Amino acid sequence: MDKTPRTLPRKSATFDDYTLSEIRRAASTGIYDIRGGGAKRRLPHFDDLLFLGASISRYPLEGYREKCGTNVVLGTRFAKKPIELKIPITIAGMSFGSLSAQAKEALGRGATIAGTSTTTGDGGMTPEERGQSKTLVYQYLPSRYGMNPDDLRKADAIEIVIGQGAKPGGGGMLLGQKISDRVAAMRCLPKGIDQRSACRHPDWTGPDDLEIKINELREITNWEKPIFVKIGGARPYYDVALAVKAGADVVVLDGMQGGTAATQEVFIEHVGQPTLACIRPAVRALQELNMHRKVQLIVSGGIRNGADVAKALALGVDAVSIGTAALVALGDNDPHFETEYNELGTTAGSYDDWHEGRDPAGITTQDPELAKRLDPVKAGRRLSNFLKVMTLEAQTIARANGKSHVHNLEPEDLCALTVEAAAMAQVPLAGTDWIPGRGGY
Amino acid sequence: MNELDLHKVGVRGINSQLHSLPKNTNEKHWVIHNPKGQHSIAVGLDAPLQIDIRGHVGFYCGGMNKDAELTIYGHAGVGTAENMMSGVIWVKGNSSESAGATGNGGLLVIDGDASSRCGISMKGIDIVVGGSVGHMSAFMAQRGNLVVCGDAGDALGDSIYEARLYVRGKVASLGADCIEKEMRPEHLADLERLLKAANRKEKPSEFRRYGSARKLYNFSVDHADAY
Repeated sequence: MDKTPRTLPRKSATFDDYTLSEIRRAASTGIYDIRGGGAKRRLPHFDDLLFLGASISRYPLEGYREKCGTNVVLGTRFAKKPIELKIPITIAGMSFGSLSAQAKEALGRGATIAGTSTTTGDGGMTPEERGQSKTLVYQYLPSRYGMNPDDLRKADAIEIVIGQGAKPGGGGMLLGQKISDRVAAMRCLPKGIDQRSACRHPDWTGPDDLEIKINELREITNWEKPIFVKIGGARPYYDVALAVKAGADVVVLDGMQGGTAATQEVFIEHVGQPTLACIRPAVRALQELNMHRKVQLIVSGGIRNGADVAKALALGVDAVSIGTAALVALGDNDPHFETEYNELGTTAGSYDDWHEGRDPAGITTQDPELAKRLDPVKAGRRLSNFLKVMTLEAQTIARANGKSHVHNLEPEDLCALTVEAAAMAQVPLAGTDWIPGRGGY
Repeated sequence: MNELDLHKVGVRGINSQLHSLPKNTNEKHWVIHNPKGQHSIAVGLDAPLQIDIRGHVGFYCGGMNKDAELTIYGHAGVGTAENMMSGVIWVKGNSSESAGATGNGGLLVIDGDASSRCGISMKGIDIVVGGSVGHMSAFMAQRGNLVVCGDAGDALGDSIYEARLYVRGKVASLGADCIEKEMRPEHLADLERLLKAANRKEKPSEFRRYGSARKLYNFSVDHADAY
């Protein structure tokens, strides 16, 4: 045997194992990869920020004795009936169709116990969801699947969806295998065919039309309901300014880590900006229009715990939304189903073929046998537990920074661990007073 | 007959008055004067009212209508009768883009021309246009009937689902997955009913029918060029 020293086999950083597997998959099937969820690549995120805490220059609040408020009021600009939530964490829009009726009910139950709102999705409002949700936001989407004035009046707020973080500029497609009789009936389409969701609204284009559309929805609902406008993280400074100009009560801003039911992998990973990069331009737009805290800002996309909540609020956000984390709290990707995930060619924690409707956890499916696995009462309780933990965590951090309300957190409570995060969040790099882009350098 | 002057009470005054009427009201007939092209007139109605609008209206007139019968004695702006659920909306003049968009039910009659995207994403509404419709009409149309007594612009019925399209004049071009289909007796009967409801004199036999080839119903990469 040749004893000449040899170098170890070396894999390319550019052509890594995942990339090679995708080339082989594409070559074999001739179709792009579709999946659910949000961006999986490593991105600058809230983990790259730290709170400073209090010492001599700031007084902390006593952890278990001194009050730290968490309530938030949404829709104070024009709506006759703004909604008040006990916590600044809401449940993001996810459709019946994409999710089972049981999962939608569980989201409503969990949100209601925790004192917050949940949101419909592209497919209309189900009685299960309305019945179990004290505060329900009704999405108004380009497809208008299931849209009707009766449900509009039953809603507590209306969210006009312009885009979402996973695919700003993209529509949607619910594949035929998830179209049950009930889903088909709610969407006025035959069973078993792919249901496309358009990327633009059918009866308005541009900010001037949006203003007229918002006005119409207010007229239909007698100016009672807060009107949210949801945008993906494309050009947050301009898009937030235009949403405010069009008359939004609340702007919902979704970064690229925000999940979707299904779209192309290439879209999820290569279009849109990270959540962290979107917040400061959005807040700046509100401040320049003198609308910060008057038009509330909700941010979503990769919110996982109370620290993420506190950091988003410190950067100027009024509330956050969770989607992926809420599904995990219900039981999505639970190692309990590892054997079945393996049979689907994946592993717990990585399962993202939500569009195929074979979710072992019974959440992203319309298969009645799989859907039965999710107990809406127990799953709702898990979600409310999770929401409460997140809230307690955010309060813990706020008190440690001397704040009697989570909304009193501010950028000067933060520092950044990386130059990138410092530049995006516009807070100083840890150990310095340097904020990239400020003061001419 | 009750009269409302939009110039005096504004759009909010009109809508709040009409919304306040119970479904079994005796005050069924209302006339709206001086609409002056304002947007969102008579939207979200939920009672069997008869409403005459004396003049031109802006965007979304009659939006999400249920049960009411509106007649617009003038031209209408974008999104007339959008997402209508039931009832009748009758435009005596022309209507702008996206007339009847996403409508679920009821009858929309436009005596004049409609613009582009007429019947876009329609979900069960019947639309009869006395004149012509613009490009991309019946885009992604899901259900219901669109009758065009004049001509249709480019890409008629692009990505259409199960809606039925009847055109008497020329079709500039058909959109993806939209084809001409056989006119069977049940279609002629349906068309006769719709033309009669819209007070049209044209004969069903003068029309041609278009609908979905159903080739794009389930995604296949071999059809990628069609999009």
